[in-house]
Amino acid sequence: MKRTGTILLLILAVVLMGIGLCSSQFQVVMAKASKVCLECIGIG
Amino acid sequence: MDNRKRTIIQSVAALIQNADFKGFFTGEIHTGATKGICVPGLNCYSCPGAVGACPLGSLQNSLSAYKFKFPYYVVGMLLFFGTLFGRLICGFFCPFGLLQDLLHKIPFPFKLKKFKADRYLRKLKYVILIVLVIILPICVKLTPFFCKYLCPSGTLSGILLSLGNTGLFKLFGSLFAWKACILGIVVLSAVIIARPFCKYICPLGAIYAPLNKVSLFKLSCDRSKCISCGRCAEVCDMCVDPTEDPNSPECIRCLSCVHECPVKALKAEGIKKKVEKAG
Repeated sequence: MKRTGTILLLILAVVLMGIGLCSSQFQVVMAKASKVCLECIGIG
Repeated sequence: MDNRKRTIIQSVAALIQNADFKGFFTGEIHTGATKGICVPGLNCYSCPGAVGACPLGSLQNSLSAYKFKFPYYVVGMLLFFGTLFGRLICGFFCPFGLLQDLLHKIPFPFKLKKFKADRYLRKLKYVILIVLVIILPICVKLTPFFCKYLCPSGTLSGILLSLGNTGLFKLFGSLFAWKACILGIVVLSAVIIARPFCKYICPLGAIYAPLNKVSLFKLSCDRSKCISCGRCAEVCDMCVDPTEDPNSPECIRCLSCVHECPVKALKAEGIKKKVEKAG
């Protein structure tokens, strides 16, 4: 029973990633992460 | 698995996540397609060597964007990592976890394992997750609150970046001073307490913690073999008793208990054979 839950969660994770990829969220994450986040390093 | 082998795996994982070594000398960060992939552990994407994106930073950026869109991709990745490994990520794949483990190996006159407020402080990471990582970035646009005001991994990245790019030193002001204080507190407390950041502050740990119960990777305790010697609870840095709850949300899956169990009552499911060989 617990294994079924785990597999369902994995499927949900893959579906969410798929939706994200289809809506260009990968590119958004890439664009943000390719610039130095000044606030994160303590400038701001 | 003994601690030495775990340290090797942690080091390899940290190196893979920070494989752009030239960035440490040039003071520039990696750019490219791999930056779109979230790494499982806490590793600031502004670190000069980082080849992937920090899931917490990416989550806050998505939530605090001007035009709100549910962050399907980042949430999906977090759920995927969490469902496969649970907090095994904290124990084996997180570079900031490795740093704390190394700091805790520094000899010190007294090492603190448990104290009065410990039980309550452990809830703090869930509060930080909800308030600083989710609610505030949604309410105040373009501000990743946790990264900006709390994350010591970002401060460390700033220090490493400024070593290669000395011009950054001039830009450090009061925010950096505040964050440097937090980093200092985390570093000093990690010498005395094992994994203080993971225990009390880390929102990524708070995301993975409940998934320990349902993840593919699990610990199990064979009650018929257990002799209740208490050795497993004694060696646990996170103060978990694996015989009571082998899949406790606080367990970071360091596998010290599996290694120390004299009757092999504790087993890691999923990598069962490998663990038995290593033990």
